[in-house]
Amino acid sequence: MSTGVAVDLENVWIKFGDFVAVREANVNIKGGDFFSFLGPSGCGKTTILRAISGFLDPSEGHVRIGGRDMAGIGPNKRPTALIFQNLALFPLMKIWENISFSMEVRGASAAERRKRADELLDMVALGGQGDKLPSELSGGQKQRVAIARALCANPDVLLLDEPLSALDLKLRQHMRTELREIQQRVGITFIYITHDQGEALTMSDNVAVMKAGVIDQIGSGKEIYDAPATPFVASFVGENNVFRGKIRSIDGTRATIETNRSGVLTAEITPAQRGKMAVGDAAMLFVRPEALTLAEGGTDTGNTISAKVVNEEFEGNTFSVFLEGDGAKPIKMSLPNTGQTRIAERGKPLTLHINPQTTVIMPAGELASD
Amino acid sequence: MKSPIVSRIALGLYFIIFFGYLMGPLLVMSVSAFNSPSFPSASPWECFTFEWFSVLWHDRHIREGIYYSVIIGLGTVILSVSMGLAASIVLTQISARLRSVYYTMIIAPILIPGVVIGISTLVFWDRVGRFLGAGEGSLLDGLFHNGLFLTILGQSSFIASYAMLVFVARLQRFDPGLTEAALDLGASHTQAFRKILLPFLRPAIASASVLAFLASFENYNTTTFTIVDYKTLTTVLAQKVRLGINPSISALAFAIITLTILVALASEAYRRAAQRKEAVWQGKVARPAARLWPAWLRGNPAAILFVLLSFTIIVAFGVAQRYSPAQCKIAAREAKQAEIQRSIEELRARRQEEAPQAPAPTTDTAPAGSGAFGNVFAPGNLPGAPAPEPAPEPAPAPDAPANGAFGNVFAPGNLTTGGDN
Repeated sequence: MSTGVAVDLENVWIKFGDFVAVREANVNIKGGDFFSFLGPSGCGKTTILRAISGFLDPSEGHVRIGGRDMAGIGPNKRPTALIFQNLALFPLMKIWENISFSMEVRGASAAERRKRADELLDMVALGGQGDKLPSELSGGQKQRVAIARALCANPDVLLLDEPLSALDLKLRQHMRTELREIQQRVGITFIYITHDQGEALTMSDNVAVMKAGVIDQIGSGKEIYDAPATPFVASFVGENNVFRGKIRSIDGTRATIETNRSGVLTAEITPAQRGKMAVGDAAMLFVRPEALTLAEGGTDTGNTISAKVVNEEFEGNTFSVFLEGDGAKPIKMSLPNTGQTRIAERGKPLTLHINPQTTVIMPAGELASD
Repeated sequence: MKSPIVSRIALGLYFIIFFGYLMGPLLVMSVSAFNSPSFPSASPWECFTFEWFSVLWHDRHIREGIYYSVIIGLGTVILSVSMGLAASIVLTQISARLRSVYYTMIIAPILIPGVVIGISTLVFWDRVGRFLGAGEGSLLDGLFHNGLFLTILGQSSFIASYAMLVFVARLQRFDPGLTEAALDLGASHTQAFRKILLPFLRPAIASASVLAFLASFENYNTTTFTIVDYKTLTTVLAQKVRLGINPSISALAFAIITLTILVALASEAYRRAAQRKEAVWQGKVARPAARLWPAWLRGNPAAILFVLLSFTIIVAFGVAQRYSPAQCKIAAREAKQAEIQRSIEELRARRQEEAPQAPAPTTDTAPAGSGAFGNVFAPGNLPGAPAPEPAPEPAPAPDAPANGAFGNVFAPGNLTTGGDN
């Protein structure tokens, strides 16, 4: 069983003609980490993966795997295995031949290959399916065959290119857990590409959030969720309500912002932007739906907003209340379902309290479009 | 508004005409293979005979022609399939703008007349031979003037384009991710090609090979220039048309048609059997219980037809060994003699009747019985029609029936040095 190997991207630029697909990427992935690149489609995350696996060379900078510069080393010579988005199982080979393909090209005997393939099939809970063809398996089974095939090559780094995107919801959630378990069992470095922030947050030790070729933030799932570095990260990862305005005063790590329509609000400046903001700057305040609470009995603690209810949705574990916001989008508030029948009627004004601990202020910037 | 019945009748009529047009010549050819007159004809029907198959079998030229056609066909398959495969793979690797230029260049040989390709192949390789300093009588010189070598090269230069089209169609459905996956798993480029791309292309290789072989086998335009002192089936047949043909060519055509139908039936039967096997495997169709006849015949009309046709051929072979049309032929000849005799007498009688009248003014333009249509249109053959000017002599020689489309112009008897057929 191989142990994880670190992967480092050092000032990596990838250009296609005039188009810059990846701009100045600096990422250090620890050995044995489950690391995700998260971003909308077309943000360059698959390009980074292809640069790590060796299908393309960076225009500038270095890719190091286990400290070794990979420049000029082809994909068949790198200690990586890639799980393709469409899985790319060989349609004319049986399952066991698919899995043991990496041994076949090294000249292993059929008996040896069969033995190893059967071991791996047992590991991914597909024992006895070795003699089928890929077309005879279901989506989730193919998925597991692809994982087994990649693991058969004994890679130091496993690269996964949105492997769950073709599966239905139930299976996807199941495979998340399974992938995480497999990763902990084999202990190698997993680099995972996804546009689904749920996948990234649940599975990864660390996540890099990308926007248009630029890595906006690298951190654990909790850091990224609680302390987004940019408006893009704040709006892309999870749901967030945005209030636009200008900085009125700064007090250490806290700032007070004069919002366009919702009055004066105070919150923490997000850690990545501390010391970079000045009074009068255009700023954005992000409040998670679950950080909004109903202000009790009109007690105005100063950090409240008032808005009219537009709509209310019951989602089982939570109530979602939508209120008139200051932008095109309504303000969303999530309240846990504690047995109340309903929160408010349409058109009724509510006073909401903002918890300043889980709310962040940062310089205004581009939001994720959705 | 047309009623559905009218349009249905029109459609039926169209199909009859269309298939008549397609199949009619084959049908006439097939019938003539079994008719005894020595010029291929379906009517008048004389005697049912297998003798033309025997003539065909013993014709040295045709056998040699087939032999070389097969050799050239195999050579062309090897050369053009590998060139077509390489060309199609290059096509998928280059940029879009270059691709259209390259595609046009590769496809051009299909548009160039075969005659041009034939002549230019001959001239080009002669020059190449000179350039390489191949002297008279040297080994290289022999190669560059060798009919087999030149024909394979000449045919491959355009058949490779057909092969490429077949491969391009298949490659369009290939997921390049598969090659990447193989590389990623440690395969070299050669291994990825051999283990992933080539197996995927196998059906295309098979169909391109069949296509290339057939295109080579039936090619005449190019071959006639490049074949030099060898012969292929097509050049032998062309020569025969010049020197006088007999129904052994029909027999050959019939054999080819039968073989084609057999192969088509066999492949269809195989396909259906495989389909059925898969359906049984997937549980869509009940597994057939053991019964009187084998499972692969059930629900497979192609297989049944194949078996029937094979059986018929075997029976026909058996019958042909014993059957002799000699009796019928004698009777036919006698009948013909009698017919000729009768018409001569009729003519003579009429001449005597008409003798006192003015002599026929257009005697010089009258066909002398050896014209393009023989004496098919001669007055004697038209008993009901009013006889025009009488021919000065009843021309047809009794030993040459001369009722074919070319009269006896091409009859072997007219050619004193007409080769050995």
